[in-house]
Amino acid sequence: MNASKREAIDRLLKMVFRATGLVTIGLLGGIFFMLLFNSIAFFAKGNPIDFFTGSQWNPGSDAGNYSILPLLASTGFVALGSMMIAVPLGIFTATFLSELAPDTLRTILKPVIEMLAAIPSVAIGFLGIVLVGPAIARVFGIQNGLNALNGSILLAIMALPTIITISEDAISAVPKTYKEASLALGANKWATLFQVTLPAALPGLIAAVMLGLGRALGETMTVLMATGNAAALPKGFLDSIRTITATIAIEMGEVPYQTTHYFALFAIAVVLFIITLLINLLGEFFANRLRKFHA
Amino acid sequence: MKARLIIFLNWFVLLGSTLLVCAVLGIILVDIFSKGMSSVTWEFISQPPAKGMTQGGILPAIIGTLWLTLITTLFAVPFGVACAIYLNEYAFPSILTNVIRASIRNLAGVPSIIYGLFGLALFVQAFRLGTSVLSAGLTLGLLSLPYIITTTEEALKRIPNSMREATLALGATQFETIKDVVLPSALPGILTGVILTLSRAAGETAPILFTGVAFYINGLTSSVNQEFMALPYHIYMLSTQHQSIEQVRPLAYGTSVVLIAMVFLLNLTAFYIRFKNRTQQ
Amino acid sequence: MDHVKLSAHNLNLFFGSKQILKNINIDFGENQITSLIGPSGCGKSTLLRCFNRMHDLSADARIEGTIQLNELDVYDKKNPVTQIRKRIGMVFQKPNPLPKSIYENLSYGLNIHQFPKDEIPGLIESALKESYLWDEVKDELKKPAVKLSGGQQQRLCIARTVVLRPEVILMDEPCSALDPISTRKIEELILSLRKDYTIVIVTHNMQQAQRISDKVAFMYLGELIEYDSTENIFKNPRQELTKNYVGGHFG
Repeated sequence: MNASKREAIDRLLKMVFRATGLVTIGLLGGIFFMLLFNSIAFFAKGNPIDFFTGSQWNPGSDAGNYSILPLLASTGFVALGSMMIAVPLGIFTATFLSELAPDTLRTILKPVIEMLAAIPSVAIGFLGIVLVGPAIARVFGIQNGLNALNGSILLAIMALPTIITISEDAISAVPKTYKEASLALGANKWATLFQVTLPAALPGLIAAVMLGLGRALGETMTVLMATGNAAALPKGFLDSIRTITATIAIEMGEVPYQTTHYFALFAIAVVLFIITLLINLLGEFFANRLRKFHA
Repeated sequence: MKARLIIFLNWFVLLGSTLLVCAVLGIILVDIFSKGMSSVTWEFISQPPAKGMTQGGILPAIIGTLWLTLITTLFAVPFGVACAIYLNEYAFPSILTNVIRASIRNLAGVPSIIYGLFGLALFVQAFRLGTSVLSAGLTLGLLSLPYIITTTEEALKRIPNSMREATLALGATQFETIKDVVLPSALPGILTGVILTLSRAAGETAPILFTGVAFYINGLTSSVNQEFMALPYHIYMLSTQHQSIEQVRPLAYGTSVVLIAMVFLLNLTAFYIRFKNRTQQ
Repeated sequence: MDHVKLSAHNLNLFFGSKQILKNINIDFGENQITSLIGPSGCGKSTLLRCFNRMHDLSADARIEGTIQLNELDVYDKKNPVTQIRKRIGMVFQKPNPLPKSIYENLSYGLNIHQFPKDEIPGLIESALKESYLWDEVKDELKKPAVKLSGGQQQRLCIARTVVLRPEVILMDEPCSALDPISTRKIEELILSLRKDYTIVIVTHNMQQAQRISDKVAFMYLGELIEYDSTENIFKNPRQELTKNYVGGHFG
């Protein structure tokens, strides 16, 4: 094998590696256009105005009601509920881990967070049925605990590792000089923490919350198993709900190909895709702000 | 007095949150293992289900999950590593590489059920692979790609440039440098990322729902174009769709134990490789 | 000068829009040791890396002018860079042994350039002897190279370069990470290599430049200020700037 042959191999492989990079762009674009293409088929057949303004998702009825609103409201409701639990819990834990915990404790706690992240969503959904559901039923004296509250608790568990990890990175990235300056001015440890360190880490904390929220919005199995799956506008946390993800999971397996119902599922998927994309881009925007700020 | 109360409250909130998070993991593990261990017998993991799923074991689901993970690995690892090599070793900063990186970050945020829809449209229908373990494995492979690319790129970044200069200055091509020096040195880091990603993929359910998973198959999955059973889907069906749910609950617990044990084993392997690599350096 | 081995003509180098090297013209004589000196940031390492095309992989580096090895145009696209680097070896500031055994560090280059298999052990032995390392490592050639001391590692890196029988060896501050005893050994080694190779060495250390080099080039802010015999540069510099620098007034 002579030199020019070696260089030819080098050039060829460089092109192969480059092609894989281009495929990733193609993949994201492909997902989007696949969803869009099938959704357009729905809007051509169905009623686009009803999709956004109607109040019922009832593909089985004679008229065929395809309104995303109850599903969208359910998705947003349960995800916001989960953030009400996971954001304070996650940020407090991250603060403890990065600012207060001694090194030895931190080396024990970090794997705990990673293990929590490793538990499959289906196992958490299962616990929603056998553990969280009955507990909610007992506490609130209701028939069954498969409702929005249950889903929010489970989604909070799923979003916690993301929020904790990214918040902790953000808090530890705050330059030591900031804290030293504050302490030197006579502020105590707590004032420094709440008035200097956490505000400095704020863009990173927002990024953490956005990514956690993205995770909660897109999660399927836990909400499918633990929220009762009633496709109606939720009025409270004890109502059963049905998210976009759960609707796709339940109905896609049974619907005949290329029917209005089939295309309708892509239409709700494209809405979910765009929402999660925006949330992630927003998270990235804040993560970049933090990076620039400290650079 | 007031100051001390505030300090106490601060500690209470911060430490309390941390303990609560740990307690959540504790509750999950204690509940599943205490109620599921008794179901996990040799028979349970070596026998197919019997009597309408109310008895017998989960062997086909274990085999199916192994098949699935294997296909995911074969597809996503070479692809993801190649893409990471391009980004870290070849690509100059440019608009194109920025777009590639942005795509990868956003792919990681796409909901898994949407990967399922994409797999259905692309592999099952467009490529005519049907609902099969191949379609499902490729779908999970796509889902795993962004994680494998990101972790591999981080591992490659940790290899100092002086190492690359050493072989380049001897007249090695860039590819020879990557193959002979960069990849072997980055291997532990890459392996850690790959194993963690696969442990996640093995526990995923949503992407395989429409691409080939089945509640029950006769016999074991023996080729890539067959449908298959999988542990996570088995848990889902046993706990929500079975006609005698209370009767099969021990089986659902037992399956959860097996799945979680499998995932933790993979995680521990990854932590071990990471730990060993750090202590060596 | 007897015979010009390596030369740069009207060489300009830019990183993005910033010009790092300004119209460099320099000839290196065969079997001579030439030192490149100058304050940090003067471009001496950057210049050194032009000769074996190490800037090829920098995103925004742009080179104008020519570099010739004998009559060969180093930057001609027809000449594979792998062959250029085989003929122009390089030793770096920090020892950078490959994460392989001592033996494999030397056999690596021989293998990629397809030296006959049966000649390899002999070539490795003579390269290690030439680099004053053979007696220290001959019984443990399978040992990982990173287990060697810093000075030994740097001699291994020189052996790894020498084993390919290059025509020119570029050295980028090869002693700056080493203790005085190791430095002394490397200097002796460099002097002994002079009979077979043309050596260009970047150094911070003016005593070192005086001890080992035949000629010295002084660079400042990307320009070649003065290039002359070692004696003239240190005893009789023509330029005020050179005089101030070698006199220790700045840098």
